[in-house]
Amino acid sequence: MTSTAVRVDVASAAEVRRRRRSLGGLAVVPLLAFTALAFGLPAVAMLDGAFTVRDPASGATSYTAGNLTASLRGAYLTALLGSVKLSAVSAGLAALLGLPLAQAVVTSRRRALREAVLTASGVLANFGGVPLAFAFVATLGNAGVLTRRFGLTDQGWDLYSFWGLVIVYLYFLIPLTVLTLTPALEGLRTQWREAAQNNGATPVQYWRHVALPVLLPSLLGALVLLFGSAFAAYATAAAMVGSSVPLVTLQIADALSGNVLVGQENVALALSLDMVLVAGLVMAVYLPLQRRSARWLA
Amino acid sequence: MARLNPWRWPVLGLAGLYFLTPLAASVVFTLDVPGQGVTFDAYTQIFSTDGFGSSLLLSLELAVATIAVVLLLTVPAMVALRLGAPRLRPVVEVVCSLPLVVPPIAFVAGIGTVLKWGPEHLSRTPLFQTLVAIQNPGFPVVLVLAYVVMALPFVFRALDAGLRSVDVPTLVEAARSCGAGRRQALVRVVLPNLRGALLNASFLTLALVLGEFTVAQLLGFQPFAVWIVNVSGAQAQLSVAVSVLSLLVTWALLLVLAGFGGRTRTASRG
Repeated sequence: MTSTAVRVDVASAAEVRRRRRSLGGLAVVPLLAFTALAFGLPAVAMLDGAFTVRDPASGATSYTAGNLTASLRGAYLTALLGSVKLSAVSAGLAALLGLPLAQAVVTSRRRALREAVLTASGVLANFGGVPLAFAFVATLGNAGVLTRRFGLTDQGWDLYSFWGLVIVYLYFLIPLTVLTLTPALEGLRTQWREAAQNNGATPVQYWRHVALPVLLPSLLGALVLLFGSAFAAYATAAAMVGSSVPLVTLQIADALSGNVLVGQENVALALSLDMVLVAGLVMAVYLPLQRRSARWLA
Repeated sequence: MARLNPWRWPVLGLAGLYFLTPLAASVVFTLDVPGQGVTFDAYTQIFSTDGFGSSLLLSLELAVATIAVVLLLTVPAMVALRLGAPRLRPVVEVVCSLPLVVPPIAFVAGIGTVLKWGPEHLSRTPLFQTLVAIQNPGFPVVLVLAYVVMALPFVFRALDAGLRSVDVPTLVEAARSCGAGRRQALVRVVLPNLRGALLNASFLTLALVLGEFTVAQLLGFQPFAVWIVNVSGAQAQLSVAVSVLSLLVTWALLLVLAGFGGRTRTASRG
């Protein structure tokens, strides 16, 4: 008697679990369907367009790798390399300058300072785009406040140049560095430094042999993330420089809107595909690094 | 360890200088116009300038719609994953993270291609009407679709962090033992426990939509960020003034968020 009751119980529990599972599956369906439509469709269209070319006379389309080769040649290649260079330089500088700042914040004993810097970093890392561009135009542009006060133009300063863009990009990349590195720096145990000190290590030796090796995955991960963020940025550059610095995002926008040459839409799609490949590579490097660095934070 | 680091204050000072100078200079730029002396014109003009009200309203409408859609899609799915379909979790995680691999400019290139199919291939089918309808300049639904996709990675992370700190199955079982229906358990027990995560996700989405420029500009719509750029050619002071104001608003929003849910953790944005 009791055993049947138990069996009934088990059966109903299993059924509940099964019902739950199917219900869980149902709740996921709208999300997946939406992503397939709103994200998958454009992605497939981009992929398809990157490999098609249309004959202007007959209107017939055919598959080709010509767009991709065109996207890796001439002005487009210059733009792609320009983007890679700008992103690499700003990411490197951001990591270099952000690390001491993050360390200063982490080791500070004033809680208020820590919270203020971290909240400000959250704001500034999000303060990309158009407002950032205009703040710098007002500061260091041709008619900017600092430019006029110190006569920077006569000394060869130009905001609408490679280094001008680097300075602007650092404004959101350094806070991003602080946000990504703070957890890793917090993971450096005081005991490790004390142990190193007890064994007679100098601070330089401690950093070289203990702290940096532990931080390395996080640092590399941050670098990759910063690179990807700078690489994808468009709004800041578009609002600021127009096309005076060759960047792949600006080239895609020009080709899409037919500013330079008509009929370059498919090359724009091929360039987009190049960008996706670079961004995909970035993610493929970032995720394992993040997992590795997470080990030390446990 | 407890010794003072002499380099800490110079580092913090230099950082403060670098981060505060553009903001201070922007304020000076808008108030002290060459040839006119100190004037508040740039700020008083904002409200009377053509397009300010309509573009800001459009951005806010888009933000509200995007937040509603993205939460309606993700919250039930992620709660369900916690309740009974853990095997689908990796799938959902990958799907929600995929938009990170496609930069906004590449995404909009793809959207533009899809929208062009309308006049080219589908002009005699009802789908064509749909494609036209979602591009209505008064309320471009296509932007909502794009923004939902772009917000997915951030919303997923915010909700995932919130769900991690809540034992959803136990909560639901406790509610059901107390006689609550399934819907009641979700709406009155689970959702209130996720308040912080929901707010976090909403604010991140709001900041994303209000600042979004790439997709809107290339599809030819004029929400707030695009309007600032369009107006900057004629009125430099005005565009900087609006930028300063929009920064202050973002700042206030994120501080509110920080006040609600502890420290803000944000992710990068193109």
